[in-house]
Amino acid sequence: MFIPYGRIGMLASLLLLTGCLASQQNIDYTAFRESKPRSILVLPPLNNSPDVRATYSVLSTVTQPLAEDGYYVFPVALVDQTFKENGLANAGEIHQVSLDRLREIFGVDAILYITVMQYGSVYQLLSSEIRVTANAKLVDSRTGQLLWSGAATASDSEGGNNSGGGLVGALVYALAKQVAGSVGDQGHTVAHVTSQRLLQIRPNGLLYGPLSPFYEKTEP
Amino acid sequence: MRTMTRLILFLLLAFVFAGCVRKPLLYEWGSYEDQVYAMYSDTGKVPVEEQIENLERDYQAARSVNKPVPPGYHAHLGYLYYQVGKADQALQSFATEKTLFPESTRYMDLLISRMTRT
Repeated sequence: MFIPYGRIGMLASLLLLTGCLASQQNIDYTAFRESKPRSILVLPPLNNSPDVRATYSVLSTVTQPLAEDGYYVFPVALVDQTFKENGLANAGEIHQVSLDRLREIFGVDAILYITVMQYGSVYQLLSSEIRVTANAKLVDSRTGQLLWSGAATASDSEGGNNSGGGLVGALVYALAKQVAGSVGDQGHTVAHVTSQRLLQIRPNGLLYGPLSPFYEKTEP
Repeated sequence: MRTMTRLILFLLLAFVFAGCVRKPLLYEWGSYEDQVYAMYSDTGKVPVEEQIENLERDYQAARSVNKPVPPGYHAHLGYLYYQVGKADQALQSFATEKTLFPESTRYMDLLISRMTRT
């Protein structure tokens, strides 16, 4: 029986190609461009990780990337305090506040809702790493329309931590790293990288804001 | 071997250019975000007075290089002043935030009116 290896190969590579294309989905920026937000209110992130520090650790890393993109970013700690004074004690409650109310208090154009998915040590068979993963969505405060959404992750062992030494060596290394890491809040350093990746100007990322000299000039 | 050398050279150049192309920052950040973090971190707990000192120092540093401080900086400083009972300086900081970033007007006016109401 004749088997068309050539065609199979071609089909396979086509499939591979479409796979690549599909995973690199392009975001529809129509609503974003129409909305033209100048100011962004970042709510204290929801925390789906077991580490209670995640919310405020990540919250204190988002202002720089957003402001450098060209947006006015409301003072995150003062905003949090304002919510607390209004009886909203945690991120979950704050994320439920209506857009009308947020606009009334802050006069804000767009709200950034962040969820921390991973924060801190992630155990693997032969190593442990500090990983911070978060996703975010930007919502127009007037229309409630989704303007953008994205996700990012970062780890302290990017670039590999194969120090050799075989199985026992690797286990000892992982343990030592764990103890050393528990002293401070190592996730915070990694969170800076995650926020940068999530919110900086990049393909499929946020667009330049009105306070940037690149506003409406360069396409990401 | 020669292709290898070329590859290394290319990579080096790529790194150098990537460094060059990096855009200058719009704002002089100083330790603003670190001060925000210090407010919540147990391990890195810093007294409020010290947070204020750090931010004031950042402001002087930014002025000396003629660069603006980031959005939220003055408002955050005002919040710290408020915490240590320096109401006048707090009000002034909120007003400065408003002047530098009119986007904050509604929120700053709300804070100012709440502080001056009593």
